[in-house]
Amino acid sequence: MQGSISDKTQINIETDTHGSHHEAHPDFRIFGLIVFLVAEGMIFLGLFIAYLAFRSMAPEWPPAGTPKLELMLPGINTVILLSSSLVIHQADTAIKKNDVKGLQLWFGLTALMGIIFLGGQLYEYSHLEFGLRTNLFASTFYVLTGFHGLHVTVGVLLILSVLWRSMKPEHYGTQNHFGVEAAEIYWHFVDVIWVLLFILLYLL
Amino acid sequence: MTAELTIPTQTSSKDDVVVHHRTWKDYFTFSSDHKVIGIQYFVTGFIFYIIGGLLAEAIRTELATPDADLVDPSTYNSMFTMHGTIMIFLWIVPAGTGAFANYLLPLMIGARDMAFPKLNAVAFWIIPPTGLMLMASFFLGPAQSGWTSYPPLSLLTGKVGEGIWIMSLLLLGTSSILGGINFFTTILKMRIPSMSMMQMPLFCWAMLATSLLMIISTPVLAGALILLSFDLIAGTAFFNPAGGGEPVVYQHMFWFYSHPAVYIMVLPFFGVISEVIPVHCRKPIFGYGAIAYSSMVISFLGLIVWAHHMFTSGTPPWLRMFFMITTMVIAVPTGIKIFGWLATMWGGKITLNSPMLFAMGFISTFVIGGITGVMLAAVPFDIHVHDTYFVVAHLHYVLFGGSVFGIYTGIYHWFPKVTGRHINDTWGKIHFALTYIGFNVTFLPMHVLGLQGMPRRIAMYAPEFQGLNQIITYASYVLAISTVPFLVNAIYCAYKGEPAGNNPWNALTLDWQTTSPPEIENFEVLPVLTTGPYDYGEEEEEEKELTAV
Ligand code: HEM
Ligand SMILES: [Cu+2]
Repeated sequence: MQGSISDKTQINIETDTHGSHHEAHPDFRIFGLIVFLVAEGMIFLGLFIAYLAFRSMAPEWPPAGTPKLELMLPGINTVILLSSSLVIHQADTAIKKNDVKGLQLWFGLTALMGIIFLGGQLYEYSHLEFGLRTNLFASTFYVLTGFHGLHVTVGVLLILSVLWRSMKPEHYGTQNHFGVEAAEIYWHFVDVIWVLLFILLYLL
Repeated sequence: MTAELTIPTQTSSKDDVVVHHRTWKDYFTFSSDHKVIGIQYFVTGFIFYIIGGLLAEAIRTELATPDADLVDPSTYNSMFTMHGTIMIFLWIVPAGTGAFANYLLPLMIGARDMAFPKLNAVAFWIIPPTGLMLMASFFLGPAQSGWTSYPPLSLLTGKVGEGIWIMSLLLLGTSSILGGINFFTTILKMRIPSMSMMQMPLFCWAMLATSLLMIISTPVLAGALILLSFDLIAGTAFFNPAGGGEPVVYQHMFWFYSHPAVYIMVLPFFGVISEVIPVHCRKPIFGYGAIAYSSMVISFLGLIVWAHHMFTSGTPPWLRMFFMITTMVIAVPTGIKIFGWLATMWGGKITLNSPMLFAMGFISTFVIGGITGVMLAAVPFDIHVHDTYFVVAHLHYVLFGGSVFGIYTGIYHWFPKVTGRHINDTWGKIHFALTYIGFNVTFLPMHVLGLQGMPRRIAMYAPEFQGLNQIITYASYVLAISTVPFLVNAIYCAYKGEPAGNNPWNALTLDWQTTSPPEIENFEVLPVLTTGPYDYGEEEEEEKELTAV
């Protein structure tokens, strides 16, 4: 290697290139997020179809002796989660008007609803009369709702991190609110998955 | 090519800015430069290729005799499991998508980097530790159920190893999905404004199709592996018939990914071949649109053929019919590409250098692999040769004769771009001859063994098969040795090769319109399209006319 540059210059150039080319082009992060959610959706779709396959191959579904699922609590949970989608959308409207206080209010409320949903699900788990290994239905029930619950948890964490960042003055505004939008899109996604899950596991 | 690819640092006189080139240290950092990441993918992949190749030689050495005398049968099982897993998930997929697409896509579309450079680095850095973890499982009772890992077998053999295997695949799958998102976004959103979709180099079309498959099919494998891991660790019975589960559901989910995966492994090289042939034949590609769209058709059809791997799994006859027909239909878009390449070569001024030889090697072996593929798609024939060496022959004709030949084609073609130096062509030709002969003598006789009924995935076989097996084993040593001249040549020429200039092939795509190696942000000034990617021949014609006058 001839004409080597000192380490210092190198570092400078590094930061420089990082600094410049990530800002230079328009923002594709929302597009990327949506493509990512298509991939996530495919995991769920795979699991849903596996569930339907197990169901269609079983002589009886749920297998004989499976205790009936209670509808009351998950029903309330569904209502909470669905309405949280409307709530989180208020935050989006707020930040587009540069209203950070509004953003914090609606995001805080959404996070709370998400946590209530998770609590409700844990309560349901602890009162069910079947365990993970009881039978094929029980196993799919726990894995599907658990996997979805994991996504709700991630969603709540996303929302909380947006809340955390919104404490910094000027972090979000009319022009720059990728985090807000991303959390919102993710939350809607989690919601849609829940509706499908609810129909599959509880209603069908 | 592991080490530095540094070319003397140039100082552009214009504004006294140092045009910085990479040093070897950069390749060990969390760099977000797509070119660094491309090289990182390639070198990492090649190291795994050597490991997977040594395993293959151990397998072949064991198979030189009918008895299990070199290793015991269960070690043999883990050897072919590891061989297959490494070759697919740590070599071909990372090298094809990770290395080639990362390095080339931004250059070809006139972008300064990928759409999500940090994500790109994350996708790469998942791979080395995961690979090491998978290797480590070899010492902890490795998985033994093949690269397909069918339950219930996979639930019964080597629990620790199987757990690690599942974990590794989930991680590698994540890396692949992240890569796919990046390629997809980059191709659609980052082209220079003057480049429409129909002016993209065909490699970009191939990667568009590939990235769609990565995004759509890989998650389903993840779903299958999540359920499998519950069966393994938590004692559920999704796929375990002993507890009322259905192993066939695993097979459907697995192949919903793993058939498209074969296109993830070969479509990028269809792209490579489409780039290489016009350049070295000095002719416009024949049927640009047909080749571009056939990539998309392959990717769509690739999603609806998976159960051709399950003709013997109790799949009902009407469903087998459906999958047999869709599979055979895929031969049409594939054939369109092959006709396109051959028609491009027809009457061209072919330069028989290393990249062109490997490209022609690719076409010839891939055609054989494609034809045996159509044979296997025919249900009665498949039932006859299922799980025999015919299948092993077929899969190596497409994976080795296709993907690996495609990788070498690309390496010889873009070596001057990446290093700024020529790779020695004579040694390239020696490499080609050894590889081509070694490959065909290794894998052609396996068709015969398969038709005679020699089963795959077993350390022992009936003594009457020994003759051919010994020939295969010796040929496989030739194949292994053929890698040596390549490695020596590549490493030597990366430092000492003849300087190649920026565009030694007089190619027209944008990757050749910048310095070699490309500067850090690829282009000093973003290029503007003045010709199509394959408008070859015209300038030569003009020259002729001029001299005639
Ligand atoms: C030196 C070159 C190679 C040799 C000699 C070789 C040899 C073999 C042999 C003999 C088997 C069958 C083992 C058995 O069924 O008992 C096998 C399986 C396999 N090989 Fe290779 N191979 C080579 C390169 C490759 C490459 C480049 C790939 C690329 C992706 C590959 C992918 C596979 C796969 C997927 C299997 C199936 C493993 C399984 O049954 O689970 N091989 N190989
Ligand atoms: Cu297939």
